[in-house]
Amino acid sequence: MKLHEYQAKQLLAAYGVPVPENYVAASGAEAAAAAERLGGTGVVKAQVHAGGRGKAGGVKVAASPAEAAQIAESLIGSTLVTFQTGPQGVPVHQVLVEQTMDIERELYLSITTDGGRRRPVVIASAAGGMEIEEVAQTEPEKVLTEPIDPAIGFQPFQARRLAAGLGLPLAQIRPFSALVDACYRAYIEKDSGMIEINPLVLTSDGQLLALDAKMDLDDDALFRHKAEAELRDTTQDDQLEVAASEAGIAYVKLDGNVGCMVNGAGLAMATMDIVKFAGAEPANFLDVGGGAAEDKISHAILLMLSDRNVEKVLVNIFGGILRCDIAARGIVDAYGKADRQPQLVVRMLGTNVDEGKQILADSGLTATMVDTLEEAAAAIKE
Amino acid sequence: MSILVNENTRLLVQGITGREGSFHAERCKAYGTNLVAGVTPGKGGETVLDGVPVFDSVREAVENTGANVSLIFVPPPFAADAILESADAGVPLVVCITEGVPVRDSTMVMRYLEGKPVRLLGPNCPGLITPGAKAKIGIMPGNIHLPGKVGVVSRSGTLTYEGVDQLTKRGIGQSTCVGIGGDPVSGTGFVDVLAMFNDDPETEAIVMIGEIGGIKEQEAAAFIKESVRKPVAALIVGQTAPPGRRMGHAGAVITGKAALASEKMRALEEAGCRVIPTPADIGATVADMLA
Repeated sequence: MKLHEYQAKQLLAAYGVPVPENYVAASGAEAAAAAERLGGTGVVKAQVHAGGRGKAGGVKVAASPAEAAQIAESLIGSTLVTFQTGPQGVPVHQVLVEQTMDIERELYLSITTDGGRRRPVVIASAAGGMEIEEVAQTEPEKVLTEPIDPAIGFQPFQARRLAAGLGLPLAQIRPFSALVDACYRAYIEKDSGMIEINPLVLTSDGQLLALDAKMDLDDDALFRHKAEAELRDTTQDDQLEVAASEAGIAYVKLDGNVGCMVNGAGLAMATMDIVKFAGAEPANFLDVGGGAAEDKISHAILLMLSDRNVEKVLVNIFGGILRCDIAARGIVDAYGKADRQPQLVVRMLGTNVDEGKQILADSGLTATMVDTLEEAAAAIKE
Repeated sequence: MSILVNENTRLLVQGITGREGSFHAERCKAYGTNLVAGVTPGKGGETVLDGVPVFDSVREAVENTGANVSLIFVPPPFAADAILESADAGVPLVVCITEGVPVRDSTMVMRYLEGKPVRLLGPNCPGLITPGAKAKIGIMPGNIHLPGKVGVVSRSGTLTYEGVDQLTKRGIGQSTCVGIGGDPVSGTGFVDVLAMFNDDPETEAIVMIGEIGGIKEQEAAAFIKESVRKPVAALIVGQTAPPGRRMGHAGAVITGKAALASEKMRALEEAGCRVIPTPADIGATVADMLA
């Protein structure tokens, strides 16, 4: 689950991470009042779950409260398209009005969990403001990494090593160490999957501050973070994906026209690949889960059909825990309820496959039945 | 022969009285696995599935039955505790099926296991099976497997079944099939399993099924190039996945260049693997490799 910048900053500030003074505003009047409190000027930043806001016109400097109001009014209610959002963009409902800073240096700092090392890692770079991926490719020596032993947490000697690598002045080492430690405690205690402060700035009066902040929380850990779970902003996501997620279905919308309904994430990805090799484009990733019941299968297909780009449907079920007869009943139910019946290709295998095929045959549905992935590809090509 | 599980496997199921646990424990037993005990705190003294004793703790179960593999079906908030309890009781192989374990919990568990003689498989994995020894420790459909000499290792569940099914339909049997799971932080990895297959005299070839996200496949490729002397066929799925989106598995996200299917395929090809072109070609590629 992604947090907005203002949410991440509030959370990190509570752990002692220094952030510029800022106020959230949901209207022009609120933005003007915020700028007033900041001494008349401020940076107005659109609050969206996407990077690349600056280049997309989502971050603007206001020289007066009136200008802050004007910028806020132009952003709030608009849709921001950045290189991360896709052409549909994301809606802006709030802005953050923040104190302007006199910046001397921009640095990069993040914490994530490295699956290979099986530990959290702190990543820092002197090339602040740039995408870390880009720095890693062009100037890998500028990317500093400190793995953290979860048994003892982030240690001051690691902070000193990072500070030396970043070329921080002596006076900044302790504040830097405290800042990283605060981030790490927030990362662990809130079950974060990623905290990214880009840029972390050193101001001309010698303060270290988190100028931007991105933070993700582990969806699987929200059961122990009830307050943070409330921070979810579903307006930032595709509404079909939100509906699927509420039904316990893993769904990712894509640009093609072949809807895929599959049990299991690996097989679902494999099915998308098969569609692509057949010369078509998948409309979605959809994993209905291991032990899905008939109504869940039906629900998954109806969700998929509500994407009007879907012109063909490929169902690929490897029956194990999920029985093919149950899958077949779900398909028949969904096609009975749907307002349109796109061409249907069904590949079923495993538990109760014969019953499943019989149910589809008896239903009067026009479905192309196939037994292998190869045949599925051929049927999609037609 | 096989790896990890065989005729001497004595299975213990944690969460055996739950819906999932009892369903799959019964199927493991029906396949021929030696299911010796179950554990559900508070239900010690009961018996389930025609005489399988239930204990309150893993330690009691191990002391009374000599269980040496634990299979975990407890809900995500309690999975880490279940793994740690088995590790503390000295169970050498712990298989965690549970999906949705918080990453922080898995990280802490892996830290605790460092230096201990305990191997964790999963979480969020289908388990493992040695068809020749009738040892099924997991949720895979047993009937698609055939005893034989190809080792299978995969990050996926149903896609592993797909691969196994393609092999079996061509008469190609399996020594052991291992699902390492789809989580970003987990126990046994590709490299561990590849090393065991490499050392297993009865495994003659290896099928590896990977996916987008992380760098596990690249680590496997480096190990294959360096150490594996048996033919390896490898499939990577997610070639059509968009960047930045989680594809079902928590670990299946393209976060950078290395996470791309194309990068993984290139690394595996360079390591001398036979890259399986599409998910429909698993059986054909392995048959060709063995010919």
